[in-house]
Amino acid sequence: MRVPILKIKNLLLTSIQIDLDDQELADFRADMLDKVQNTEAKGAVIDISALDVVDSYMARIISETAHMIGLLGCRVVVCGMQPSVALTLVEMGRELVGVETALNLEHGLEKLFGTMGLVSMFQPDSDDETDDRTIQGSSR
Amino acid sequence: MSQIKESIPIGQNGDVVKARQVGREIARRLGFRVIDQTRLATAISELTRNILRYAGDGICYINGDENGTFANIEVVAEDHGPGIVDISEVMQDGFSTGNGLGAGLPGTRRLMDQFDITSKPGLTRVTVSMKRTLNR
Repeated sequence: MRVPILKIKNLLLTSIQIDLDDQELADFRADMLDKVQNTEAKGAVIDISALDVVDSYMARIISETAHMIGLLGCRVVVCGMQPSVALTLVEMGRELVGVETALNLEHGLEKLFGTMGLVSMFQPDSDDETDDRTIQGSSR
Repeated sequence: MSQIKESIPIGQNGDVVKARQVGREIARRLGFRVIDQTRLATAISELTRNILRYAGDGICYINGDENGTFANIEVVAEDHGPGIVDISEVMQDGFSTGNGLGAGLPGTRRLMDQFDITSKPGLTRVTVSMKRTLNR
């Protein structure tokens, strides 16, 4: 079972909807890296809201996947972790260290568009934005 | 008052997924809360992955019961692999011999109420359990 990875403009959107075994999770990591390279994506969202178990190995693979995508120059947000999963990971002493996370898909996209510098991606007319910047610049 | 017993043979990746799903379902049926279902499923996932990684195959027993006041669930992960040379070593955070994280066993111990491990060449057995008062 492969996890579908959707491309929207320069963004990759993926949601892990089934309980993956170790091999399937490793395949997902490889697929994400391939897809980032092939699509030249600038941002990626990995939704894990359907995962009701994330053990130490799965946490490591998800964390590594995010770091690897980051090394390729793509911003990534892991979103939608269930509260019981977060609690379990912290109790085990295992967290997604250094990985950008968000409460849900919407917040994840906000993070990518806002603080992570992908502001202009979906704006209909990029000329307007350029003009705004010019005006702001000249008023200083 | 009910009693549930399951045993899941562990021999391939998919069996780890099956074992944790069966465990969660049993915990749910016995009346454990979601958070405890998650703790248990995670512990089963860690223990059965260890079987797969270090012994190749083994078996996972899940025994649960409730009497209307208390619910109890016990998981026994057993294999006939080479065994663990130094148990105190593998119970340390950060220790790993099998390309793991080193959080598997100590992490599992923190998730469960009781944790017991015995190991010798040819027989390793990890027993974990959790007991809760039912709110009904």
